[in-house]
Amino acid sequence: MSTGNMNLTLKVWRQKNNNTKGALVDYKLSGISPDMSFLEMFDVLNEDLINKGEEPVVFDHDCREGICGMCSMFINGRPHGPKDLVTTCQLHMRSFKDGDTIVVEPWRAAAFPVVKDLTVDRSAFDRVIAAGGFISVNTGNAQDANSLPIPKMQADAAFEAAACIGCGACVATCKNASAMLFVSAKISQLALLPQGQPERYRRVQSMVAQMDAEGFGNCTNTGACEAECPKGISLENIARMNRDFASAKFLSEETI
Amino acid sequence: MSDINSNIPEGELTSKWTKYKSSVPLVNPSNKRTIEVIIVGSGLAGASAAATLAEMGYKVKCFCFQDSPRRAHSIAAQGGINAAKNYQNDGDSTYRLFYDTIKGGDYRAREANVHRLAEVSVNIIDQCVAQGVPLAREYGGLLDNRSFGGTQVQRTFYAAGQTGQQLLLGAYSALERQIGMGKVEMYTRHEMLEVVKIDGKARGIIARNLITGELERHFGHAVVLGTGGYGNVFYLSTNAMGSNVTAAWKAHKQGAYFANPCYTQIHPTCIPVSGDHQSKLTLMSESLRNDGRIWVPKKKDDTRKASEIPEEERDYYLERRYPAFGNLVPRDVASRAAKERCDAGYGVGASKLAVYLDFKANTERYGRIEASKSGIHNPDKETCMRLGTAVIKEKYGNLFDMYAQITGENPYETPMRIYPAVHYTMGGLWVDYNLMTSVPGLYCTGEANFSDHGANRLGASALMQGLADGYFVLPYTIGAYLSKEISVKAIPTDHPAFVEAEERAKGILNTLINIKGTKTVDHFHKRLGHIMWEKCGMARNEKGLKEAIEDIRALRAEFWSNVRVPGTADELNTELEKAGRVADFIELGELMCIDALNRNESCGGHFREEYQTEEGEALRDDVNYAYVAAWEFKEGVNFELHKEELKFENIKVAQRSYK
Repeated sequence: MSTGNMNLTLKVWRQKNNNTKGALVDYKLSGISPDMSFLEMFDVLNEDLINKGEEPVVFDHDCREGICGMCSMFINGRPHGPKDLVTTCQLHMRSFKDGDTIVVEPWRAAAFPVVKDLTVDRSAFDRVIAAGGFISVNTGNAQDANSLPIPKMQADAAFEAAACIGCGACVATCKNASAMLFVSAKISQLALLPQGQPERYRRVQSMVAQMDAEGFGNCTNTGACEAECPKGISLENIARMNRDFASAKFLSEETI
Repeated sequence: MSDINSNIPEGELTSKWTKYKSSVPLVNPSNKRTIEVIIVGSGLAGASAAATLAEMGYKVKCFCFQDSPRRAHSIAAQGGINAAKNYQNDGDSTYRLFYDTIKGGDYRAREANVHRLAEVSVNIIDQCVAQGVPLAREYGGLLDNRSFGGTQVQRTFYAAGQTGQQLLLGAYSALERQIGMGKVEMYTRHEMLEVVKIDGKARGIIARNLITGELERHFGHAVVLGTGGYGNVFYLSTNAMGSNVTAAWKAHKQGAYFANPCYTQIHPTCIPVSGDHQSKLTLMSESLRNDGRIWVPKKKDDTRKASEIPEEERDYYLERRYPAFGNLVPRDVASRAAKERCDAGYGVGASKLAVYLDFKANTERYGRIEASKSGIHNPDKETCMRLGTAVIKEKYGNLFDMYAQITGENPYETPMRIYPAVHYTMGGLWVDYNLMTSVPGLYCTGEANFSDHGANRLGASALMQGLADGYFVLPYTIGAYLSKEISVKAIPTDHPAFVEAEERAKGILNTLINIKGTKTVDHFHKRLGHIMWEKCGMARNEKGLKEAIEDIRALRAEFWSNVRVPGTADELNTELEKAGRVADFIELGELMCIDALNRNESCGGHFREEYQTEEGEALRDDVNYAYVAAWEFKEGVNFELHKEELKFENIKVAQRSYK
């Protein structure tokens, strides 16, 4: 069993709700174990705050195993903190040093308004999916799964795009708050599979239109999204989306 | 012996469901448009039901407490989903899946439900592939399979170690499609706090908007709970932090029986606890047992590193005790065997509460195959390990990365340390064959119900059940009820039953806020978890359970007089959310102990130390306990037992053997 010996200074964004102004507030923490996860360190902070009669810091989190995509802290200027390919919940305190000062902010983007403290509203992502991130097949209409062989490479590429957890780190890190990596990952997954072909060009148009309507910025190819994505979603997806979008606008019979 | 009716259709087991489907009353399309269904929960069971019912034409409202339906904890399922496709030509069939599931559940599940599950399992795979779920494939382009515990065929479909994620995103996309079409109204960041009953029937819910704190009234002709399991009663579990029993428990308090609450699954392969700060435990998929061998040193209190312990001084205790199934025995058996070795002093690691899961032998074996594929004959060990590691990485890369991230150790070089942890709850709201609870119009699907896994769930069967219920079972069975409700107009939510239910919910919230005690919610939750793990965990006995019941009652009294919930009820207040959930867990914990005490036998995940064979295996009592224990809630946190007798007409009940 590990014992805690790290002392830290936290600068945490506190904001009561979307109608009030927020500010960074300093907290001192001691006795932190390097084996704690970053969110367990926040649990310690919150227990302290409640015991002192203060309100705990509100932050989104759920599975704490890096797959639900709910945790979303901007740590020392990077979404999900200093390590590559890791979500906030899987970040451990051994990635920090005794005496460190750690700045923790919410995702910042016009399309992700702050709800409270470190919690933001990412429902824009759901609306982009609702605009076309699916294959239109009602339950009960499917043919035998093996009647449609799919080359392994293609299936694997679709899987890699489908690994996106919808956390929004790509938007948070982008200077334009662009959602292109998220949107293109879903478009790519479905464009790479034969099942996705009938709606391929309709889908890319409606999802991009919704993405724009939500107020996400444009892509200027800085590649920050790919660098910060905890699931390693590739920039190639954006290229594929752009190709499909152009094809749809210039070649497809179905423009929307 | 039964005093409750499970409404199982008459006829041959193999034709019950087919006959049922073709004779169940239907609701015509114009009536569906005016019938409203409330679905609580957006995991596999909830999202699939919401999407399917909307496709059929019903008006659907779906609720989840997370910020998006895609976050539901089904997303964390790693290993796979079973289906009796027999794509591997290894002798699988609907009957074998049915048989394995009944046997795996230690003969404590309902035959008719399980057979239906096996029948529709094949449709699930077809549906998911049609939705674009990228399941793993072979080079020929066909779907790949792997083995899971408790079976001798390869029937598990998977998507690397992210099968739950991919299946959930499939159901989520189907749900979002219906939301986009205006057929489903989605309420995210909403928590159900009451079921509304009118004339004995479920007619709606009270939900709290977690952002504003406002209580909302929602009418439905029927209400479906797909709200997941209650493993977090143990505080530490592999469940998500927000997973809770509240919706199911509120339903229970309104008359829905709670069945077999003591059946909890302790998963054998989880990352061990590292300290008191621990907030949750992380599973390492059962699929790892395909290639990982479990062992402890033969010598007690051996402090050498794993790599320094020679082969002949290692005890591969599962292979020793269960030669036929080896490392792939069912979860309950593997967990108890690990506990037995650690309790006897053979555990490893700093806490001595861990065993090794070692990939070395199979890494080398894969390396040898790879070498021979590339024409390298007599490869040296280093070459084998290098080539084999690449194979292991492709199969389990994300799990190995997760392990390294959490423990700070490299599992490609040293064996993983693992220990059992609470993972799944087989018990849940009692439902009949139609998935309806004992409250008319109130349905329960997925892990939240009790129906298909008996006393122990087999690996890769939870995803199967969640999607079977949501895509293929409930959409039919709910029609039987709704066809009789077509003349019922939407009931205005100023009806006294809604007002009263809202008052109940508000009363609890205000009480919690106003206690203004000295201890945090987590403090109570941790103490509850400790009692449950020590006395109602992997091994239970009469004395411990009686103590636990007293301890929990005392804890409940202390909670309601000394919990501290900061803030107010009319804002986003995460401590208030947790407090309500822990209050329900405390009551449930007591019922779990009462149920475990009542069941004077060992079966599946329920192991009573007084009832074991000479070899330490679970000893069932089929004469006295071949029943579902369905508990009715009574005023003042009391419980009355009802029994549903389990009849086995198609399977010969036997002592479960994996030797």
